[in-house]
Amino acid sequence: MSGARLIVERPGLFDTVQDRGRIGFQELGMPTAGAMDRIALALANALAGNAPDANAAALEMSVLGPTLLVEADSVRIGLVGPVEASLIASEGATPKPLLADRSHTLSRGQRLKLGSIVGVTTAYLAVEGGIAVPPFMGSRSTYTRAALGGVEGRKLKQGDALPLARDSASPRAELALAAPFDYGHGPLRVVPGPQADHFTASGHATFTGSEYVVSKEADRMGIRFEGAKIEHSALGPDIVSDGIAPGAIQVPAAGLPIALLADRQTAGGYSKIATIASADLPRTCRLLPGMRVRFQTITVAEAESLRRDQERRLAAAIAALKPARPEGGIDLRALYEENLIDGVVV
Amino acid sequence: MSTRFLDCGDTAFSVEFGSTIAPEINSRVMALHGAIASERAAGRLEGLVETVPSMRALLVHYDPLTTTRAALQPAIETLLAGERAAEARSRRLTLPCCYDEPEFALDLADVAQRTGVSEEEVIQLHLASEFHVYMVGFMPGLPYLVGLAKPLHLPRRASPRVRVPARSVAIATEMSVVYPFESPGGWHLLGRTPVSMFDTRRGAEASTLAPGDTVRFRRISRAEYDALEAEAERAPFDIARFVEARP
Repeated sequence: MSGARLIVERPGLFDTVQDRGRIGFQELGMPTAGAMDRIALALANALAGNAPDANAAALEMSVLGPTLLVEADSVRIGLVGPVEASLIASEGATPKPLLADRSHTLSRGQRLKLGSIVGVTTAYLAVEGGIAVPPFMGSRSTYTRAALGGVEGRKLKQGDALPLARDSASPRAELALAAPFDYGHGPLRVVPGPQADHFTASGHATFTGSEYVVSKEADRMGIRFEGAKIEHSALGPDIVSDGIAPGAIQVPAAGLPIALLADRQTAGGYSKIATIASADLPRTCRLLPGMRVRFQTITVAEAESLRRDQERRLAAAIAALKPARPEGGIDLRALYEENLIDGVVV
Repeated sequence: MSTRFLDCGDTAFSVEFGSTIAPEINSRVMALHGAIASERAAGRLEGLVETVPSMRALLVHYDPLTTTRAALQPAIETLLAGERAAEARSRRLTLPCCYDEPEFALDLADVAQRTGVSEEEVIQLHLASEFHVYMVGFMPGLPYLVGLAKPLHLPRRASPRVRVPARSVAIATEMSVVYPFESPGGWHLLGRTPVSMFDTRRGAEASTLAPGDTVRFRRISRAEYDALEAEAERAPFDIARFVEARP
């Protein structure tokens, strides 16, 4: 450990350290946790210079980000998501806006002020080398309900220190996303099951034929939807508990669907009508209360194929990271190149 | 009921052996869980991420970037065809439990009254029960212990408690549980164990029990309870001390 760290001067609304999740301990009732939006996590890590298989831990921020003071010679960050960000060069200095979806290098004594996250739930701040909190069961992901992982198993609070694996940024140009990642649009694709037989034909028709609204009860564990009630068959809403896959949609007796996300329990006793395709899970995790969705059924093979396509596009987006424009001025060369590529004349 | 493969999206599927809580069903879950672990230890079943046993089904998590459902299911079916009794690799544990009223055994009098046996008989029946861990879930380390003596079978409490202390030992239906953390709960509280069900100080060995384990309870006095609790505060228990040595 380098002794380098980021100090939380002001916490955001719900900042937690997350990596790709705690894999291999679900048989002991240990939820995986992990980043809600694995695509944004991967892009943030790539921008910061972390290899995909390093599974570096980053900061997941919800609704409002924190203000962080740099206590390291320098640190390279990868910031991904629609988050307001500014750099305060020294105490009392005027904040200078920073662009998201690119990397930046900050130096000792500078403050990174992160503000509102607009239009989606989460944004991600990766650091070169990763956030070096101690791993638990092979992962640094915070699971707040059992108070483990991350920083003392909880969301960040004022005065916390995020340990950094490196004390300085490696010398290289800053990188930016060539284009925002396309998360897809239209209905959320779902695979019926595992308890499809616990619902009537009419119940299934309601599920795929109606619009559902994300309620205020939406967090890392899951999203409760509001809308038309789904009818159970004679088998009823309850089952003898079985395992829960990521994106499972359970329907308790009240008839309203609940999508189970990163902090979902490993097993549960409500019937599950369908499971969200893994390619549409990041998009689901970005939903805000009040947003409307529809569900469309596909097969397992179609869902696997969607996921492989998405992973190819993610790899292509990472391969296409381009040098970022220097801050505080127009880089004519970059602008020129961009115009040639885009065919856009300003 | 025949074995069913149920769709759980493109990263998991469920192998369901039945719809009830029964030893012949759970033993098949555990047998497949064990068989898959052996295959993976031998470097086979690439792309299979982990398996999660529950009362009556095994959830198979897989990575759709490495394998497919179409490739994995036949491999699992082959394992089912060669099914044999679960290897006796599970452990037998004896956990200390203090049944003192009123602090720990909050529902002892109530359970005695509802079941029509004396409070001492309730304790003796719980001590006489041999439990099998059918699954660990709901919370990290929470064991579902099946095998409660029949006279003690009761539905859950009509109104759940908002706060059940950590390490409470409780019963409902044909099961006993031990709460790993303070949490809400609707089971009848009979006692408390000084042994944490999930001690993060042990790292990857945090969970005291695993699916397939056999568990009995041993009655301890309040003085022994206090001594063990104080010991656990200083350092986590080595679970081996509660495991019966194999002959």
